[in-house]
Amino acid sequence: MKLIKLNASVTASNEQDAEALRARMKEAGTLLVNVMSSPGSGKTTLLSRIIRDLSDLKIGVMEADIESDVDARRIEALGAKSIQVHTSGMCHMDAGMTAAAWEAMETKDLELIFLENVGNLICPAEYDTGAALNLMLLSVPEGDDKPLKYPLMFQKSDALVITKTDAMDFFNFNPEKCRQSVLKLNPDIKIFPVSAKTGAGMDALESYLRESLREFT
Amino acid sequence: MHEMGIVLHLAKTLDQTAEEHKLTAIGKVVLQVGEVSGIMTDLFTDAWDYFKVRHPVLKDSTLVLETIPAVTWCDHCKRTYETVKYGKTCPHCGSGETWLQQGNECVIKEIEAE
Ligand SMILES: Nc1nc2c(ncn2[C@@H]2O[C@H](COP(=O)(O)OP(=O)(O)O)[C@@H](O)[C@H]2O)c(=O)[nH]1
Ligand SMILES: [Mg+2]
Ligand SMILES: [Zn+2]
Repeated sequence: MKLIKLNASVTASNEQDAEALRARMKEAGTLLVNVMSSPGSGKTTLLSRIIRDLSDLKIGVMEADIESDVDARRIEALGAKSIQVHTSGMCHMDAGMTAAAWEAMETKDLELIFLENVGNLICPAEYDTGAALNLMLLSVPEGDDKPLKYPLMFQKSDALVITKTDAMDFFNFNPEKCRQSVLKLNPDIKIFPVSAKTGAGMDALESYLRESLREFT
Repeated sequence: MHEMGIVLHLAKTLDQTAEEHKLTAIGKVVLQVGEVSGIMTDLFTDAWDYFKVRHPVLKDSTLVLETIPAVTWCDHCKRTYETVKYGKTCPHCGSGETWLQQGNECVIKEIEAE
């Protein structure tokens, strides 16, 4: 027996899979956006709104949140390509599962694919899915102290979408305090306060998505 | 289940390592696991023993877990303290402007193999 020093991440194989998937999607001209948040923070509602607003783009959705096809059917009803991913109780999506879901969509023509990751603020942050853009949602009712409790996801995300801003008055949510603590964790993160209900702030987020698509492909 | 997911990835990573280094059997696998990584060590080793038999190179392996203590940094008074004992609030100055410095990791430190 010989001793081999590795100091490797336990998930090193996933990181390789993720790089490979990112390269293949770039070649196909598809921007994959990984959407992470707690359950109920408004992922499906936000995606539905984006699909309607960006009707000139070919959009698809991978639904990995909970094993039911309710969300997938909500998306399909809007005319977007959607697929339900069965995570078998796993707490996150990894790059292998994401690659399999992309194959199962049976089209390489989509311009934008959203991955609605499992609703959970811890595990999805630890696994690179192969997405070129990582989006995190934080809803106003969850409170502005979430960054302190779950720092990793804020650090791994390219953009933070603060959802349900129409409910700001009913909750003790201080947007400035939230911004300060998020920027401390991740100085490069973009922050978009939106309401999918009233449409407030959606323009800025949607321009950002278009711009990211242009830059990636 | 968090532990199962990590076990799957660990097995895959070790299979690849075995291929790269032309190994036929892996014995001891030393992992460094952070005190607040959320990994339950008993569940983890059980999941490993259940899973390893599916991988020829890994079937006689044993996991050895070393704990990395969790340390929090206080941004206010610029000192560190034990996370598990004091949590989010700095025991030196009472500030809540504190961040985890180490203790969240899960790293394969080394393996014994032939
Ligand atoms: N007031 C308000 N409620 C919202 C908004 N977006 C979503 N919701 C509500 O939040 C709940 C959960 O939304 P959903 O999109 O299913 O969350 P998901 O679990 O993250 O996909 C639903 O009852 C939505 O109607 C919003 O912008 N404003
Ligand atoms: Mg949903
Ligand atoms: Zn202090």
